[in-house]
Amino acid sequence: MIDKRVATLADAVAGVADGSTVLVGGFGNSGVPVELVHALLEQGAGDLTVVTNNAGSGESDVAALIRERRVRKIICSYPRSAGSVWFEKFWRAGEIELELVPQGTLSERMRAAGAGLGGFFTPTGADSLLAEGKEVRVLDGRRQVFERPLPADVALVKADRADRWGNLVYRTAARNFGPTMATAAALTVVQVREFVELGALDPEAVVTPGIFVDRVVQVAP
Amino acid sequence: MTAPRLSAVDVARRVARDIPDGSYVNLGIGLPTLVADVVGPDKEIVYHSENGVLGMGPAPAPGEEDPELINAGKQPVTLLPGGAFCHHTDAFVMMRGGHIDVSVLGAFQVAENGDLANWATDEAALPPAVGGAMDLAVGARQVLVVTTHTTRDGRPKLLPRCTYPLTAAAVVDRVYTDLAVLDVSPGGFVVREVAPGVTPEALQAVTGARLTFAPDLTVVRPD
Repeated sequence: MIDKRVATLADAVAGVADGSTVLVGGFGNSGVPVELVHALLEQGAGDLTVVTNNAGSGESDVAALIRERRVRKIICSYPRSAGSVWFEKFWRAGEIELELVPQGTLSERMRAAGAGLGGFFTPTGADSLLAEGKEVRVLDGRRQVFERPLPADVALVKADRADRWGNLVYRTAARNFGPTMATAAALTVVQVREFVELGALDPEAVVTPGIFVDRVVQVAP
Repeated sequence: MTAPRLSAVDVARRVARDIPDGSYVNLGIGLPTLVADVVGPDKEIVYHSENGVLGMGPAPAPGEEDPELINAGKQPVTLLPGGAFCHHTDAFVMMRGGHIDVSVLGAFQVAENGDLANWATDEAALPPAVGGAMDLAVGARQVLVVTTHTTRDGRPKLLPRCTYPLTAAAVVDRVYTDLAVLDVSPGGFVVREVAPGVTPEALQAVTGARLTFAPDLTVVRPD
């Protein structure tokens, strides 16, 4: 019998090792798996490489991980937002490494990891500082930069509903990076608002099939 | 320069006139977002947001906000009938794969060969941030730039070459400023329209790049 449901947030993040690369879903405050990130903070893993679009804001989620010195490196597209004070403080002090990636390339690098590709060429960023040190070729008449996949040890994702097989549906724009991140990690952990019976999700509308999911925990809204 | 500059809304109105009915459009943060407010009701435009919203509608009424339904600027928005959600990779497939008809972007600098600088200045005090700027600049079929003609302290933004880090090379098709509408051509900037009261000499004086004036040069009609 397959049952990917776990009872507690602590169970959901159990075993995450120091030095892990962790994908964290969300765009701004939409779709951030806040409770899972806080559970990871509680769990204690450190020396993390965190991959996420923004670098957290205020005292919550990724910002809290940074504040508690658990993050060695952040890979993101837009670390500068209202309230990203902890990231900026550590960045100014040279105490956190930043790898800045164009947003579509960030997403596509995770897709490439999930799809088993060795990388891809894209015109995005090819003529910019972000192509420094990377192979650039002229393909189809355009300069294109070679980007490598971005695989991870763990993905933390927020969805709306799941069944015990880990099939997922999301809610509005909170979907954002979730479906791609779920494919790119060795361990994909999902928090949902609601569990439903197997067969209750419309198979035509499942967004992330359960094969990409390892653990699901319910977080009451 | 003594002639009055066009207002931001007037510039947005002028941009809106160039967006065809039925277009799929991405509006950048800042000045470009004004365009959605002034597109006439006779046009059906599908607005795309990089975080997975296609068919984005205006801001919700106060009290009706959904904290998870936001635009690229992280502001609450709505979804119109016919709209759809997608995940991030698909949202960027739309941008990077040439499916967006028109991208309207802001700029720090535009060069006469169409180079765009709109993600980083030479200020080292803030951490760098790029978001989806580079994806939009290379991927959209048409790249329109909306910007003030000069910086706040009067320095030109339209230059022979950008001095700030490039977002993308040779991508800009047309520039709309508070003083003029300019096309990027193989021979550099061609001025198509000037704001009321602006002479070619006065425009050239606040522009870093050498300007060519179209033989059928007209005055900007914002409506």
